[in-house]
Amino acid sequence: MLGPSGSGKTTCLMMLAGFETATRGEIRLDGAEINNIPPHKRGIGMVFQNYALFPHMTVGENLAFPLEVRGMGKAERDAKVIRALDMVQMGEFGSRRPAQLSGGQQQRVALARALVFDPSLVLMDEPLGALDKQLREHMQYEIKHLHESLGITVVYVTHDQSEALTMSDRVAVFNDGEIQQLAPPAELYECPDNSFVAQFIGENNKLSGTVSERSGDEVSVKLENGGQCKALAVNCGGVGDETLISIRPERVAIGESVSDNSTEALVKELIYLGDHIRCRLDVHGNDQFIVKVSNSAGHKHLVVGEKTQINWAAQDARALNPL
Amino acid sequence: MGKQMTDTANSLDNRPTQAEIDLTTVDGTPLKAALANAQKRARRRALFLVLPLLLFVLITFLAPIGQMLLRSVHNPSFSDHIPNLSVWFDENPAGTEPGEAAYEALVLDLRSMRADKTMGIAGTRINYDLPGSRSLFTSTARKAGALEPPFQEAVIATNEKWANPKLWQVMRGASSAYTVDFYLAALDRTRDVNGDIVAVDDDRKIYAANFLKTLFLAGLITFCCLILAFPVAHLLATLPLRQSNLLMIFVLLPFWTSLLVRTTSWIVLLQSQGVVNDTLVATGIVADESRIQMIYNQTGTIVAMIHILLPFMILPLYSVMRPINPSYVRAARSLGATSWTAFRRIYLPQTIPGMGAGGLLVFILGVGYYITPALVGGASGQLISNFIAFHMQKSLNWSLAAALATLLLLMVLLLYWLYDRLVGIDNLKLG
Repeated sequence: MLGPSGSGKTTCLMMLAGFETATRGEIRLDGAEINNIPPHKRGIGMVFQNYALFPHMTVGENLAFPLEVRGMGKAERDAKVIRALDMVQMGEFGSRRPAQLSGGQQQRVALARALVFDPSLVLMDEPLGALDKQLREHMQYEIKHLHESLGITVVYVTHDQSEALTMSDRVAVFNDGEIQQLAPPAELYECPDNSFVAQFIGENNKLSGTVSERSGDEVSVKLENGGQCKALAVNCGGVGDETLISIRPERVAIGESVSDNSTEALVKELIYLGDHIRCRLDVHGNDQFIVKVSNSAGHKHLVVGEKTQINWAAQDARALNPL
Repeated sequence: MGKQMTDTANSLDNRPTQAEIDLTTVDGTPLKAALANAQKRARRRALFLVLPLLLFVLITFLAPIGQMLLRSVHNPSFSDHIPNLSVWFDENPAGTEPGEAAYEALVLDLRSMRADKTMGIAGTRINYDLPGSRSLFTSTARKAGALEPPFQEAVIATNEKWANPKLWQVMRGASSAYTVDFYLAALDRTRDVNGDIVAVDDDRKIYAANFLKTLFLAGLITFCCLILAFPVAHLLATLPLRQSNLLMIFVLLPFWTSLLVRTTSWIVLLQSQGVVNDTLVATGIVADESRIQMIYNQTGTIVAMIHILLPFMILPLYSVMRPINPSYVRAARSLGATSWTAFRRIYLPQTIPGMGAGGLLVFILGVGYYITPALVGGASGQLISNFIAFHMQKSLNWSLAAALATLLLLMVLLLYWLYDRLVGIDNLKLG
């Protein structure tokens, strides 16, 4: 679950865990409705943002807690705790207190605790938020691998889109308490359903205008400054409705071509980034139009203030709802 | 990490480099010496700044308390005035029948007391252990000048109480300025004629039972405060800050009211013609002729003291509960614990520092509480501090008051030690 702060993703997670009551609708787990089951009977593991490791217990006792309240015998408990700790490479730390561990270690213990009782679902509420960048990336891969090897379903809340794209099979983009789109990461980036998703995931160029002609999947849009643009109709109304066209920067090519859309652009700014050059252009009156020029052999060298031709395919321009 | 750094610093200190030895200040003194001098000056200034408070505490607090504690084992008011009797007591072991020599020494001492006008002081000391002895001393001292040998018959003729072996035993005990007799008295013990320690008569036993009652009542009050304060503190800790601040004012309101006013209002509420009884009678729960006695007895002491000490329990509990993250209980619930198990296993253990601090605070305050039991305690609700006050103000047996106070202090220290052993004093959080 991905979304900006206050978009309702944590509330939604809390409803799954049973700490918030859903006013409408039903929550199903393995086909069974769990709306009226109290949290402790749902069998859902949870990793909290601050880890919520019990400070008065050792790591081992923390892990044994869910097994103990299920009435498991001591020998079986110990075996499971050791297995869970080994799984997150924390085998030697069983007798330590949470306060004696680093952030990353606490994170692993929290993970092991959420998994130790073989839950049918694991919820994670921004579990890597408190870690530094390097450790966060490392833990992302680790959680992903653990997830793959255990084959357990994980619902993961984050506001970091790269984290969401790295770790997920499917991403639900939240805004204003609504799921804007539920799709695999690639689809989310390539084929956003609406302007919010297009804006929120990755970089995006916007051109706003009104639909002037529609034929099947393709629309012609009359832009605000009078230009014309052909685009793929995804989420726009009929003729006369306002629309916002979304074009990914890497889908725009410099130069004259036979593409559906070709227009003149004024170069406003160039930023050299090694593998590519980021160009800010003025296109159809939008001076925040970004184009990425790959730093390949024989690429066109632009100069600030120069006028150049750019083009893009109608398939790559998605006509979406106006914001 | 920190240790490593200090280690490095130390090793640098131990191995001064050539440059360090050569470093001097402008006027040529070595840098190290100049630095040490500057630090010494700073320390002296710091000491100078705290000196007024130190002297104030020393003069007005520590010295009087030390002197008071000394009084519990040191009382020279009798021993200073009996030079002759002291000699006789030294020469004859305890249990010796006082003969002519003893009575002669007594008469000589009484005569000198009469001259110094000190028989009242000496008599009072004996009076502590044997009531009625003060008048015996003053009256006999007046007649001592006219007494003729043989003194034994002459003295006993003035008052036959002088033949009482108990009196001689008491005088022997008081003939030494240093004594543990006041502690014996504070524990309802005394010495028999032979100087052996025995329990006092049952009808004179007061203190030991009262110590136990004080401990029991303080414990009961602490327990009640804990039970009452825990939900309140929890509510304060979980409410949004605005509302909890408002409620906190209600908790603190009693602090801003005079103790006397609060106690008096309990009298108004609880007396037999008071609000509570009137309500009970009006609603027919209690008959008019059998109104419940709720004040001027133990119940009054308990109720009023719980009310007064409650904030001392709420505040430490609140300060411990506030930072407990609600996600701990949520985590426990998601891990399969029922709400009761989550409370018992996860929430409660984390509030122990607050319970310990509040409990210790309320218990220690309760054990030494004086004014409320004095006002609403009646006969059955008196605590040990009321007896201490009695001996300080009425009977003027300061040595016994000091002994009682010392025992109270020892009990509190013992409790503190016990708490440290069981919970750990570093686990205490007062605010």
